[in-house]
Amino acid sequence: MLNYTIRRLILAIPTLLFISLIIFALLKLAPGNPLGDLPLTIPPEVRAKMREALGVNKPLLVQYILWLKEFFWVEPLHLFDVLFGTHFSDGMQRIISWQTRSPVFDIIAQRIPQTLWVVGLAYVVGVLIALPIGILSAYRQYSVFDQVGTFASMLGLAVPPFFSGVLVILVFSVYLGWFPAIYDTNLQVNDWHSFVEQLRQMVMPVLVLAIQTTSQISRYLRSSMLDNLSQDYVRTARAKGMTEWVVVMTHVLRNSMIPVITVIALGVPAIFGGAIVTEQIFLVNGIGQLLISAIYSNDLPMVQTLTFIFAVLIVVFNLIADLLYGVLDPRIRYD
Amino acid sequence: MTEPNKKDPRAVAEGLNAEATLGPDHAPAEDLAQHIAPPRNQWWDVWDQFKTHKGAMSGAAVFIVIFVMVVFGPYVWTFSPSYIDFEAMSAGPSLSHPLGTDPLGRDMLARMMTGGRISIAVGIVAMVISIFLGTLVGVLAGYSKALDGPLMRLTDLFLALPVLPLLLVMVMLFRQPLSAIMGVNMGIFALIVSAIGVTSWMHAARIVRGEVLAIKEREFVLAARSIGTPNFRMIMRHILPNVLSPVMVAATLGIAQAIITESVLSFLGLGFPPDFPTWGRLLYDGIEYMQQTPGLVIWPGLAISLTVLSVNYIGDGLRDALDPRIRGR
Repeated sequence: MLNYTIRRLILAIPTLLFISLIIFALLKLAPGNPLGDLPLTIPPEVRAKMREALGVNKPLLVQYILWLKEFFWVEPLHLFDVLFGTHFSDGMQRIISWQTRSPVFDIIAQRIPQTLWVVGLAYVVGVLIALPIGILSAYRQYSVFDQVGTFASMLGLAVPPFFSGVLVILVFSVYLGWFPAIYDTNLQVNDWHSFVEQLRQMVMPVLVLAIQTTSQISRYLRSSMLDNLSQDYVRTARAKGMTEWVVVMTHVLRNSMIPVITVIALGVPAIFGGAIVTEQIFLVNGIGQLLISAIYSNDLPMVQTLTFIFAVLIVVFNLIADLLYGVLDPRIRYD
Repeated sequence: MTEPNKKDPRAVAEGLNAEATLGPDHAPAEDLAQHIAPPRNQWWDVWDQFKTHKGAMSGAAVFIVIFVMVVFGPYVWTFSPSYIDFEAMSAGPSLSHPLGTDPLGRDMLARMMTGGRISIAVGIVAMVISIFLGTLVGVLAGYSKALDGPLMRLTDLFLALPVLPLLLVMVMLFRQPLSAIMGVNMGIFALIVSAIGVTSWMHAARIVRGEVLAIKEREFVLAARSIGTPNFRMIMRHILPNVLSPVMVAATLGIAQAIITESVLSFLGLGFPPDFPTWGRLLYDGIEYMQQTPGLVIWPGLAISLTVLSVNYIGDGLRDALDPRIRGR
């Protein structure tokens, strides 16, 4: 298992480097001048100094390596300093946002709790709903429940989140007035009333994100359960006189969950991507909304960092999925 | 991920014969007739199987209706989508405007039809690009041992890219330069289509590679090689026709994916300009007014969802119909 883990870890490094190179090259090769928006009255020597301060006069390779250093060395060091009160990163150049002139990671740290709350909760809710649906529709294949469930998940996959989000806003907040249409991030949860308020405003974004997750996971679980239900060991278990509950929930479900758990791990980065849209609809000021506003205001360091964070998420969760698969299914490990 | 319908390629070639002669419930007379009848094109069998899939048939019907409305609709409903009628601003459905009008008094039905043209065109062109790239990479990787490793590594790397953020960045960076070169509308069309195509070929490549690896070991390939078929003709004549069915399924599902991706971009304001609206852009523009005129968001959203749903069902049906193990059951 250790060997397998090390192999996977080593594979992840070139992947990350490649992605960082693509993102860097895309942003550097693109036409556009970081000083293009500045007034023309600035004297050329000041302009040259500004270019130097931004580091855009150095060779591309140096810029790339400096960015990698900032991302992988300075920022983690700074995080360490903040956590433990040390001063290792003092005086080192951090990644600075052009929009706010403050370190990119400080802004991201402010935004990420909102995203994690909404996205994380949505994912948990989505998976929890998907499990019983998947189990039951496989166990009662071709029943009415299965037909309805299959159609519903087709529908859930076909209706894009920006439409389902708008629909639930129309129905639940415009017509019925049950939930607020806009997510209020300034809400402090300190008593029962504000807690209820917080729950009310989270219902719709969580619902919209969960629909996608549920449709996908329940379909996977259904087909995985169907594969296992026809296996010989199921017949053996029944022949031994196990109750249906034990057969389905213990024998079949445990084996069926192996591929599904990896799908769940692989789906985490995708739902962060989906959160970009959902945050835009409900005006949740998480990192997705931060990315969009950075793109609109041409804040390249922010865009670069956020895009790379999304990439890191994908690579990390791919790694987690691989490792989980290895842990759960010994056949994979010795491959 | 796991592809549940891994086909046995042998069955593709033999499916026709096996089915025509070995059908257990054929009456003897019918059997005889089948022996005499000239050999049927295998696509008729695919069609027969496709017809039995209710979801796929209704999906196909819905898609054809949408397609016909979008392509030929503007010739029947000759209302200009950009004509501004201040007397009918934000009007509800009526005889002169069946889907109502937007806040500038532009006819929604006409806008939906032109928007759909662009949305579907984006879906199809992006799918063609992605399938072309995917098939190219897949065939090369499957056919040549030397290229297999590097190309599959490349595929894995592309699968790890954060697609939506990258698409947003690409649109943000290249929209203006490309618009300057090719004109606003063509520029953004080319940009979005190629961006979607370049970031979505990986699944097709993996499927094709797997199929090619299996086909490469078959006897007819050996036979063709022994009479000295050059590599290029080998691929074009013997390999490609045999990977057609998984490619078709991937292509169908690719259209749906591309339509969704394009509308997400438009929805985030980084897609087509407002005077060249797609369904996603119409929805985005309608959000501001959705409390007064909900039709502005419902119609485009419904159109996107219906198109994607029907295309997905067609893909499901095709997958079943092209799988000879299921066919005839």
